[in-house]
This record gives sequence, C-alpha cells and structure tokens, in this order.
Amino acid sequence: MLELIVLLIFMIAAGIVAVEIKDLLASVIALGAVGFAVAIGFIMLAAPDLAIVQIVIEVLSVVFFVAVILKTTHVDSTLGRPYKGGDIFTFVVFGMFALAFVYFGVRLLAGLAPMSRELGQVASHYLTQGLAETGAVNRVTSVVLDYRALDTLGEATVLFTAVIGVLAVLRLEGRKK
Amino acid sequence: MKGMTPIVKVVARIVGGFIFIYGCYIVLYGHLSPGGGFAGGAIIAAGLILARLAFGTTASQERSASISSSIFESTGGLLFLLIALLGLFVGGYFFINLFPSFGTPGRLVSAGSIPFSNIAIGIKVAAAILSIFVVLASTKYIFKE
Repeated sequence: MLELIVLLIFMIAAGIVAVEIKDLLASVIALGAVGFAVAIGFIMLAAPDLAIVQIVIEVLSVVFFVAVILKTTHVDSTLGRPYKGGDIFTFVVFGMFALAFVYFGVRLLAGLAPMSRELGQVASHYLTQGLAETGAVNRVTSVVLDYRALDTLGEATVLFTAVIGVLAVLRLEGRKK
Repeated sequence: MKGMTPIVKVVARIVGGFIFIYGCYIVLYGHLSPGGGFAGGAIIAAGLILARLAFGTTASQERSASISSSIFESTGGLLFLLIALLGLFVGGYFFINLFPSFGTPGRLVSAGSIPFSNIAIGIKVAAAILSIFVVLASTKYIFKE
C-alpha cells in the first residue's frame, strides 16, 4: 500500500509540472510520466488487462502530442500573464467543485466495502459460475464481452463518435463549393 | 510527412512485424490471457503507426490510408453488431453467447462467440486509432512557425 501512495504523490507532482511548465514538449513528457504511473498502479492492483491498454494508449497519445508540438510551437504563451478580474470567478468555481468532489468522494469511500476483501453477490457469481456459463478462462473478457457486452458496444460507439469528430474537424478534402 | 533517419528505419523494419504479430496474438488469445480486442487493436495500430512514422508517407498514400481505415473501422463495428444480432435472432437475447460450451475451456477454440467479438473490436480499434493518426499527421497540416 505504501508503494501505491508514493506512486500517487509522484503522479500529483508530475501533473503539477505538466500544467505549470513553459516548454510544451516537457509538459507532454510529464503527462506521459503520469500515464505510465497509472499503468504501474494497475499492475500493483493486479489488473494486467487494464495495464496493457494503458501502456499502449499512453505511448500512442505521447507520440500524437509530440507530433503536433513538433509541427507547431514549443512555448506555452498562456502562462505568466497577469491575473484579470474574471479569473477570481474561475478560482471560486473551481474551489467549489473541488470541495464538492472531496465531500462526495469521502462519503462514497466510507460507504464502500474494503477493496478486494469481501465479494459482492454479483462478483462472486462471476467468479464461481463464469467459466461454466461463458467458457472463457479470462474472467475479465467473460464480463466485458458476455455479461456486460452492451457496455462494450457503448464503448465502441464512443470511439466511433470520437473518430467521426476528428475526421469532421480535420478532413483531408475541402468542401466543394 | 518525411521519413526518419536510417537508424530508425532499420530498427522499425526489424521490430514492426513483431509488434503486429504480438497485437494479433493479444486479440486472438483475449479469452485466455490478459488483453483482448481493445488492447490488441491498439498494439496493431502502434505497429502500423511506427511503420508510417519511420518510412514517411506521400499525400496519395495518406489519402488511400484514410479511406481504407474508415472502411475497416465501419466493418469492425458492423461485425460486432452482427454478432450481437445473431445472439438476438438465434439465442433469443441481444449479445447472448452462442455455443459457450463448444470446445474445451483453456484452448483456443472455446468460449463461443467471445473470440469473434474480440476480433471485431480489434479491427475496429486498430482502424480507429490509425485513422486519427493519419489525419493528424498528414502533409496537408504541416504548419509553418
């Protein structure tokens, strides 16, 4: 558990660096550090399925960001400008949301069962009956593609919509007049 | 988009095929080992992106890659929906697993329609990530500083 706390502190530090640094390339590297720390955390919590996806997507997103930054500019021009009157509103709203997040998070964690100590009814059904009902040795796949396949269809639809949005904004051919 | 140095090209020539095969393995063995359609599709897309970054592309190659990746993405999504509808019409429920007890558990031929769903999602995710990359890294959008 101590390693996980150290990892979380490292992630917070890397996140602050990613927001505050002036060089955009260094900011992207810090963001990649956060992502790989998430992957290490998944491995510590015994979730290799998620860790594989996280590592690959993190590499790809860092490559995307670096490709865009190498084509455009290195310097974050929004940092270091003096504060204006409208910023106070932003700070107040952000503080309210942060307080509400902490409050509901603490209430939620107090109500949950301790992680991986007691199994709920649904989880114990997946573990005991999953192999007999689906035939898949990997229980994560049996949940993702059999018990909760409709969720996977929604996830695929989200990815499809994201690609449609990117292709609509950055299309290779202009509109003919 | 221009290619990279000969060092990168040689390494990409050696490593690229292995990355592709590893992605196919993750997709096909998704019901036996960690991974599955999403992870394997992302690895396949990473291999394709490595090849495109290392060797460079011309405008016509980008155009054809954009068209073909759109076609593959739609095909993967429609295959996944087809498996779901087969469950509806043959088994009675949307997304029901057909023949879950066919084959022995732990071997490649098992788990009914789960491997087919994995393959469909793998095609879809690989094509989606590749199409985003092709559009973002195309020669048309190289900005001048």
